[in-house]
Amino acid sequence: MARKVPEIPSASLADIAFMLLIFFLVTTTMDVDSGLERRLPQWVEEEQQEDQQIKERNVFVVLVNRNNDLLVGGDYESLENLRERAKEFMANPYDDPTLPEKEAQQVPHFGEVMVTKGVISLRNDLDTRYGMYIAVQNELVAAINELRDELAKEKFGKAYNDLDIDQQDAIREIYPSRISEAEPKKVGGS
Amino acid sequence: MSKFRKKGGKELPPISTASLPDIVFMLLFFFMVSTTMREVTFMVDIKLPSATELTKLEKKSLVSYIYVGEPLPQFQKTFGVSSRIQLNDQFANVGDIMDYIIAEREARSEAERPMMITSLKVDENTKMGIVTDIKQELRKSAALHINYSSRQRVER
Repeated sequence: MARKVPEIPSASLADIAFMLLIFFLVTTTMDVDSGLERRLPQWVEEEQQEDQQIKERNVFVVLVNRNNDLLVGGDYESLENLRERAKEFMANPYDDPTLPEKEAQQVPHFGEVMVTKGVISLRNDLDTRYGMYIAVQNELVAAINELRDELAKEKFGKAYNDLDIDQQDAIREIYPSRISEAEPKKVGGS
Repeated sequence: MSKFRKKGGKELPPISTASLPDIVFMLLFFFMVSTTMREVTFMVDIKLPSATELTKLEKKSLVSYIYVGEPLPQFQKTFGVSSRIQLNDQFANVGDIMDYIIAEREARSEAERPMMITSLKVDENTKMGIVTDIKQELRKSAALHINYSSRQRVER
């Protein structure tokens, strides 16, 4: 080989890399999607819909009107107190006759425990602000999560999220996330 | 003139730029790994509500998005200022949601379909009326697993 192939200049490599970098900076986003996870109830046809009879003491009614005011179990309430009210309702620690009934149930890891029959009913107006609705949902979910966490710490000495799947299932059976959302209708303040 | 010329007697050698591409490539790989591609161009203005009890959407491929908010200023002439639904890259009506969900479902493999999540990205000032309509449509199309997209709020 008498003649050598000249080396490819690499001076423009940096420019090419910069161009790629800027392209990725512009077309991508950094944020991780996160949010409140909920499950909607199954769709039922209008005719088949029957009113389930639930005792009044077993229902925790949360109303949000068009002015974003809260009505909890019949009286005005501020958003800050909602979590405590919901926790008190779901736990019913002193078997208060105005709070929901409990039912003995066999739960793995726990044996026979009293499981609440309470249902949280959330109802909103068509003009309720979405931000308010999410704030209320968040408080209700937070109430249940806190109860589960307390129980997990008491029984297993660990946070709920660090438990095994079957331990989590057991706790979920004791504190089910029963938030029912009725179809909205006009709720006061019109 | 010689007065100036004298100065350049002992020059500093220029900084070597040979490692510049490497540095830039490093940055590039960092951004490629840590970010995700934008799925759509937003045509509505969305300021997400904030919440504390968040769950992360782990598998992006299982998520379909529904955007709701006020149209951006350049669309307000044609679409007005009241909240609109955006599916993929166009404005839609409540009635289009069912078709959208079915199309999204068709695009996934059989095994993935039960795990699909619908993420609702809704502006916090939207009225609940439109959100409720969407929820009813989702129930009708049996897309029951939903996620109300929101930002992390620091605990009070």
